[in-house]
Amino acid sequence: MPARQWMLPAFAGLFSCAVFALGIVYIVSFSRGAPTITTQIGGAFSLVDDTGATVTEKTLAGKPYTMYFGYTFCPDVCPTTLLDLSRWIQKLGPDADKLNYVFVTVDPERDTVQSLHDYLSSFDKRIRGYTGTAAEIAQIAKEYRVYYKKVPTEGGGYTMDHSAIIYLMGSDGKFVTVIPYQEDDASALAKLRNVASLTPTS
Amino acid sequence: MRTFSKLAFAAVLIAFVGPAFAQGTGAASITVEQPYARATPAGAKTGAVYMTIDNKSGTADRLTGALSDVADKLQIHEMKVENGVMQMREIPGGLPIPANGSVVLKPGSYHVMLIGLKKPLTAGEKFPLTLTFEKAGNIAVTVPVQAMGATQDKGGINSMGGMQDGKSGGGMGHMEMK
Ligand SMILES: [Cu+2]
Repeated sequence: MPARQWMLPAFAGLFSCAVFALGIVYIVSFSRGAPTITTQIGGAFSLVDDTGATVTEKTLAGKPYTMYFGYTFCPDVCPTTLLDLSRWIQKLGPDADKLNYVFVTVDPERDTVQSLHDYLSSFDKRIRGYTGTAAEIAQIAKEYRVYYKKVPTEGGGYTMDHSAIIYLMGSDGKFVTVIPYQEDDASALAKLRNVASLTPTS
Repeated sequence: MRTFSKLAFAAVLIAFVGPAFAQGTGAASITVEQPYARATPAGAKTGAVYMTIDNKSGTADRLTGALSDVADKLQIHEMKVENGVMQMREIPGGLPIPANGSVVLKPGSYHVMLIGLKKPLTAGEKFPLTLTFEKAGNIAVTVPVQAMGATQDKGGINSMGGMQDGKSGGGMGHMEMK
């Protein structure tokens, strides 16, 4: 078929363009990342964790931590991220305990203390879930410069658009760096090890 | 943004259009290959089904819906992570399947969304799914449930958390969890 014969090279050309464009997008978004916003990420909060305990920024003080915002109705980005994080925690070995790991829901309406607890039981047990009132979640999201938005779906449900980035924070609660979605293991582990090494020696 | 998604779509298309070219025009216009779902975390109310849809006919088609007993509602979704933000939407009018082409439904992209799971999907289980196409009508498939981080490519299913390891080593991952 003549149509097929020209389509293949055309597609191949498009493909190279796509790869190139993706590379550019990656570089741009990467270089745009950390430096300019460092000082503004993080702050005070009051929430409950998945065991029902009240947690604030003071709960996390003294250890570096990772913070990820997501929701349990998320079909693959959130489980994938939590699975990646679980794998990295295991690979960190003894260093893993130098950090705290937090999953904050952007969907407090559906993510209760109990449902967060159940959900997180499928991942590394060191990952804690935080929830709260809509206002409390809005507050922490604002402080961490996290974007989230409820998007209604047909039939009365909704999904959440949300930032899919893991924040790495120092033991003083100050922003260190981020692990973007689907970072490769080596790079993510290097960042985690670096943050772990920032632990103040007691 | 628009350009990005178009290019991504083109890239997806290219990766799988090859095999479709090799085959002659058969009687069955639409075939569904390697459907799978991932196991869901405890208590999760949603899941997703992935697959490759081949269209060997010269007429474009459209995946308009799906039915299964495992969930209250099924929708055809598009997902992307753009500027670090995850977005998921129902595709209005369904997912176009180009003539003589293929579309891949995969994690982070197109999927059949399972909403209101009646129970968590457990690795090793299988469940029936009926896909509805505008022209090809209903196609019934059996969906095996893979490990939570499973991805799939032409080589088969990789039971690991994503494509990271495969990128550098070319081999299978080494998942130490559990
Ligand atoms: Cu979806």
